[in-house]
Amino acid sequence: MDIKITVIDRSGKVHELEAPTDINMNLMEVCKSYELPVDGTCGGIAMCASCQCYVLSNHPLEKKSPDEEAMLSEAFYVKENSRLGCQIQIDKKLDGLTVELTP
Amino acid sequence: MIKTDIIIIGAGPTGLFAVFEAGLLKLKCHLIDSLPQPGGQCAEIYPKKPIYDIPSRPEILAGDLVDQLMAQIQPFKPGFTLGETAKEINRKRDGSFVVTTDKGTQHQAQVVAIAGGLGTFEPRKPDLANLTIWENKGVDYIIREPEKYRNKNVLIAGGGDSALDWTIVLAELAQSVTLVHRRNQFRGALDSVQKVQALKDQNKIQLITPAEVITLDGGRHLTNLTLKVDGTSVNQAVDYFIPLFGLTPKLGPIANWGLEIEKNAIKVDNSLDYQTNIPGIYAIGDVNIYPGKLKLILCGFHEATLMCQSAFQRIFPKKKNVLKYTTVSGITGFDGSRKEAQKSTIKTIE
Repeated sequence: MDIKITVIDRSGKVHELEAPTDINMNLMEVCKSYELPVDGTCGGIAMCASCQCYVLSNHPLEKKSPDEEAMLSEAFYVKENSRLGCQIQIDKKLDGLTVELTP
Repeated sequence: MIKTDIIIIGAGPTGLFAVFEAGLLKLKCHLIDSLPQPGGQCAEIYPKKPIYDIPSRPEILAGDLVDQLMAQIQPFKPGFTLGETAKEINRKRDGSFVVTTDKGTQHQAQVVAIAGGLGTFEPRKPDLANLTIWENKGVDYIIREPEKYRNKNVLIAGGGDSALDWTIVLAELAQSVTLVHRRNQFRGALDSVQKVQALKDQNKIQLITPAEVITLDGGRHLTNLTLKVDGTSVNQAVDYFIPLFGLTPKLGPIANWGLEIEKNAIKVDNSLDYQTNIPGIYAIGDVNIYPGKLKLILCGFHEATLMCQSAFQRIFPKKKNVLKYTTVSGITGFDGSRKEAQKSTIKTIE
């Protein structure tokens, strides 16, 4: 089953994405597959923060791992609702998730 | 002027393996990399992370992969220009290229192979007003010469290995060292964390957490900065502010070399030899793009191999070349070293 995810890019443009839940994707990879401007430099190991986003909806996300916490403590433009896209696994529970890419 | 057969820009896994394939064809290589050590992303971003898709390696740490590649290419004695960024390329009348770095080092070769990965690693700069006007006037992102900070008041910001390591080094030299981080947890080697803890306990450094630098001030040189510590502003006198927030890759000067660029990568002819739109300049590994491109180390190895065969033809248009198997012909290093299969034992059984 695919879920719907809304991503607001850095220019404020809203993208409605369909994300598959059955191929072990994370949010950074979904953004890249739609060619949104997300680098994913480190490949998804919480080492670069190039996929940082603000979570705007109230979805039940997994708690941040120590690695994600550590990276966010060194990243810029971090807010309370900052997460690394690569650490958000696409799951049925995330249908309707809305995020905004950080500067 | 450094002269060689192939100038390789980027000393990541793909660039390193290209040295081996070139060496089999008796071509000499010289590598240029903006980082101070070979290995590219593997060494800089994730040396301690395992890689599982290197053929025949069920699991290998990225740092170990780099060490093994360095050992593999050792017989072919590559040259290195490290800590310098390839900035300009010019073509000579004889068709050769001259690549000049940001520090003015010049290299000349018939073939240039760009194995630049995601580009040049540049320091990540914090979002502070007027930060750039203090660059080289008290704000440094990279420590090149620790002696510069002897008897100075230094403030380091960051929570990773480099912030910890430089705090330890400068604690011995500087008048005072202050380490500032947004929280009191640090991500680094256990040994470094313990050393910083000890320095703090002995009052040899000042540790301020959770805190952030918010403004910079001074005259001709930086003299003061303001920290936000737990919501309140604190002024601190400093000679140097060193933000160490890691490195981020940018395609950099290569983007202005007249190469066809698509999606921040260099277009190449993948049906043939990974040559760019400029004959004699190849692009291999993560830096290139073609239909079906996969950014994998193993694909970079393949691309490097085909590139070297084409480079050979370009450098020696009249020489015949036959693919040799290392199992059959062994490896003859440029230093005269020789590796080859043991001769089989043939004896009569009576």
